[in-house]
Amino acid sequence: MAIPTDPILFDLDEAAALESAEAAGLSRGRLVLRRFLRRRLSVAGLAVLVFLFVLAFLGPYLSKWDYRSHDFNAFLEPPSWSHWFGTSQIGEDVYAQTLRGLQKSLIIGLLAALFSTGLAAVVGASAGYYGGWVERVLMWVVDLLLVLPGFLILAILSPTFRGRTWLLFVILLAGFSWMITARVVRGLSISLREREFVQAARFMGVPSWQIILRHLLPNMSSLLIIDATINVGGAILAETGLSYFGFGVQPPDVSLGTLIADGTRSALTFPWLFLFAGGLLITAVLAVSVVGDGLRDAFDPNAASPRGRL
Amino acid sequence: MSEVLAVSELTVSFPSEAGPVRAVRGMSYSVSSGEVLGIVGESGSGKSVSALAVMGLLPRTARVGGSVRFHGRELLGLGDRELSAVRGKGISMVFQDPLSALTPVYTVGDQIAEAVSIHTDVSKNEAARRAVELLELVGIPEPAIRARAFPHEFSGGMRQRVMIAMAMANDPDVIIADEPTTALDVTIQAQILEVLGTAQEATGAAIVMITHDLGVVAGFADRVMVMYAGRPVEAGGVDDLFYRPRMPYTLGLLGSLPRLDATEREPLTPLEGSPPSLVGLPSGCPFVPRCPMRIDVCSDTEPPLAPTADPRHTAACHRRTEIEARELGPADIFPAPLVGAAAVARLPRESRQPVLEVRDLERHYPLMKGVVFRRQVGTVRAVDGVSFDIREGETLGLVGESGCGKTTTIVQILTLARPTAGTVVVLGRDSARLDRGERRALRRNLSVVFQDPLASLDPRLPVGDILSEGLRTHGVPKQRRNRRVGELLRLVGLGPEHASRYPQDFSGGQRQRIAIARALALEPRLVVLDEPVSALDVSIRAGVINLLEELRARLGLAYLFVAHDLSVVRHIADRVAVMYLGRIIESGAVSAVFDTPAHPYTEALLSAIPIPDPRRERARRRVLLEGDLPSPFDIPSGCRFRARCPRYAALPGGLGARCREEEPVRLPQGADHDAACHYPPAPAAI
Repeated sequence: MAIPTDPILFDLDEAAALESAEAAGLSRGRLVLRRFLRRRLSVAGLAVLVFLFVLAFLGPYLSKWDYRSHDFNAFLEPPSWSHWFGTSQIGEDVYAQTLRGLQKSLIIGLLAALFSTGLAAVVGASAGYYGGWVERVLMWVVDLLLVLPGFLILAILSPTFRGRTWLLFVILLAGFSWMITARVVRGLSISLREREFVQAARFMGVPSWQIILRHLLPNMSSLLIIDATINVGGAILAETGLSYFGFGVQPPDVSLGTLIADGTRSALTFPWLFLFAGGLLITAVLAVSVVGDGLRDAFDPNAASPRGRL
Repeated sequence: MSEVLAVSELTVSFPSEAGPVRAVRGMSYSVSSGEVLGIVGESGSGKSVSALAVMGLLPRTARVGGSVRFHGRELLGLGDRELSAVRGKGISMVFQDPLSALTPVYTVGDQIAEAVSIHTDVSKNEAARRAVELLELVGIPEPAIRARAFPHEFSGGMRQRVMIAMAMANDPDVIIADEPTTALDVTIQAQILEVLGTAQEATGAAIVMITHDLGVVAGFADRVMVMYAGRPVEAGGVDDLFYRPRMPYTLGLLGSLPRLDATEREPLTPLEGSPPSLVGLPSGCPFVPRCPMRIDVCSDTEPPLAPTADPRHTAACHRRTEIEARELGPADIFPAPLVGAAAVARLPRESRQPVLEVRDLERHYPLMKGVVFRRQVGTVRAVDGVSFDIREGETLGLVGESGCGKTTTIVQILTLARPTAGTVVVLGRDSARLDRGERRALRRNLSVVFQDPLASLDPRLPVGDILSEGLRTHGVPKQRRNRRVGELLRLVGLGPEHASRYPQDFSGGQRQRIAIARALALEPRLVVLDEPVSALDVSIRAGVINLLEELRARLGLAYLFVAHDLSVVRHIADRVAVMYLGRIIESGAVSAVFDTPAHPYTEALLSAIPIPDPRRERARRRVLLEGDLPSPFDIPSGCRFRARCPRYAALPGGLGARCREEEPVRLPQGADHDAACHYPPAPAAI
């Protein structure tokens, strides 16, 4: 007997079918977007984040000072009309430096968090879903990376990478912070794999990678989003530590991390060295976490929607 | 007979975010010693909560009102210490899940002995001796040895026996049994009901039997009370209630039950809709939205439980006198749909193409032991030579107790992979010789509906995406996909506007409809239904069964219907195959197998199914099976059913050797009927 291969798809009721063509419902992407937009706080968080980006990249053009230039007429001046955020010990403009730092930190923080959580999700879910040798190899890598002291490795490798692009730095930063999440994701995937909706998809012939993307990951989105949110702050701070080893952001270039590290020593006596960088870091991390909360609720149909239910 | 327990105007409410949940809204009953009261209701009807309220076992946050009198003494408002003196001694309880009701770290004997010594001042030895006595009474073989075993060494049925032994340990006056057989297989259910009967004889207690299964109460209870939305809606003697129901809900429930004793296939009368939420219940009768007999007054005032012509039979319906006068039955009130048959199903069976052929299918799992050096210590023979076929437009019911290998069989079929041994041929293609493309093409023609719709629908995916997933995988363009989602939702009785909601926004019955719609998305030829209605409430089942029948007729589908509920199988299937320990031991046309079962196991299964008909139920003689299903790790030699077989036990001397040594093969017992038994009953007409 022949197996019918191309879809015939009977029409039950032509008129009804045409009428229903528009009402076929929103896909998950649209639905999640709509649910996200309904949360004012999260939308505000997103707006703050966008504002920070605009500030970091367009802000420097407003001031006549460059982050590398020195004003030898103003050492350790408090904020004034010529130096909006004041100046440092050697006459650098704190405004220009802070925004330059914000540029670096925002990109490093967000990218490292995305890379790290993304890698954890893909590796963990693949290990959990496929099982067998895939799982053994991936988990072996994870365990190996877990026992290796990341900082030490980076310190040893740093001469090799000196002067290369900061993107490499982001990748390395992410490369040493995803393992624990990957293990948690693997555990969740193993239990999700046995759920009937995954089996149903498998029996329908849905390819494995699609099952992972459509069923496994969305069902642990809460964990992943929280993890990514924490990673943003973590990456910004970790970058400070690495810069100390002479790796990452090197003088005269600055990041929020290096500014804060330098500023803390004189936080009470010359607060402007510290306050602006610190304030922007807190604002950025808070904004990210509010956006994360909103996304998490938007993905989770159990979360009550503030206005109506779809 | 004296009244031992009297409950009057009992109310229970729980606080919740959305307002108080009024779980029980005024319930009154009384039981006398030696009497059995059945309380029937769907989940959420307040039946279990009311039992817990009587026992004083509700959480502190619950607000309980009304009165519960035990031997005239008010129990509500008593402290925990005083109640503890009554619990277990005066009133005892048997819970639904016997695994969680027993402490896993103490032996069974110790736990029963504890129940004895708490209330009576006896020595330790005395209590232990009494425990063994009780175990013997509830039919546990070798009680002295088994008393020293731990709960996990007992099967589900055995654990429930232990619970009953514990409940009767102190000669209680009332035993409350909350769904005591729901978690068990039918053959075990029959045993447990028997044991409950013994317990009642031994203690003379009154039994309050809480269940959702009308069949169970029909044979067991003296009086029955039907609960709906936290209130009793009808109460009376068991015969009155079953033969002369006066409340539309009771009528609907009775009409929606598929019956084992039905001679011809009549459509079930479905109860539309689902039970209301108990938060902010509107005034008026809670059954109004589902009631075809509603009139204006029903929405305004809730009818009280008032006597019908017989003062002991009460019903809460404004139109009860009318129902009584016109002697209305379920079919008069609830319009039953007309279901035709597909064109292909009218052809004779031989001229139809087979859609699925399974030959000698085996699935064995190695049983491993050891942590460092893993070694194989045996083989679990989950499926051990199963053969059957399904033709176009036909429904095969695959029945058997849990653990007999039903699920393993269907998973083997659905994975379309090479089995351990044997062949699976779908639409003429051998699953062992498929390339990727063919397997993909075959998957379109084979789909599945699982038991629990909540677990089988991705909670994070809107319904529209769930339905279009298969279409997407098989390359249907987006536009067509969207249209198809609307069609599918309509097909299963939902609307296209439901597409952008999540599965959790639907009731159980609606979710199962969505799961069915997903299975139909790619126009399969064969749908595997794995217990599709057993997770649903009684009143919703009929609707889903009718839908399945309607779809079969409309789309010419073939079903492989896996179930443990034989009455549902009798209703929907054309042919049936009975599985026992990884083998099919009897198969054939439904009428042949159900009317003249040839295998003693089929006989026992059939006789274990309760029939919602009190007179017939009382008159029935049950074939009770000994013990539980043996483990598929250790299959007996010869006939695998031998150890539990009543026919084998009754065989004269020498004949039994054949059952011990030779495994029976399936032999024809009539037209389209075969069974694997060495000593089938003499065929009536061949």
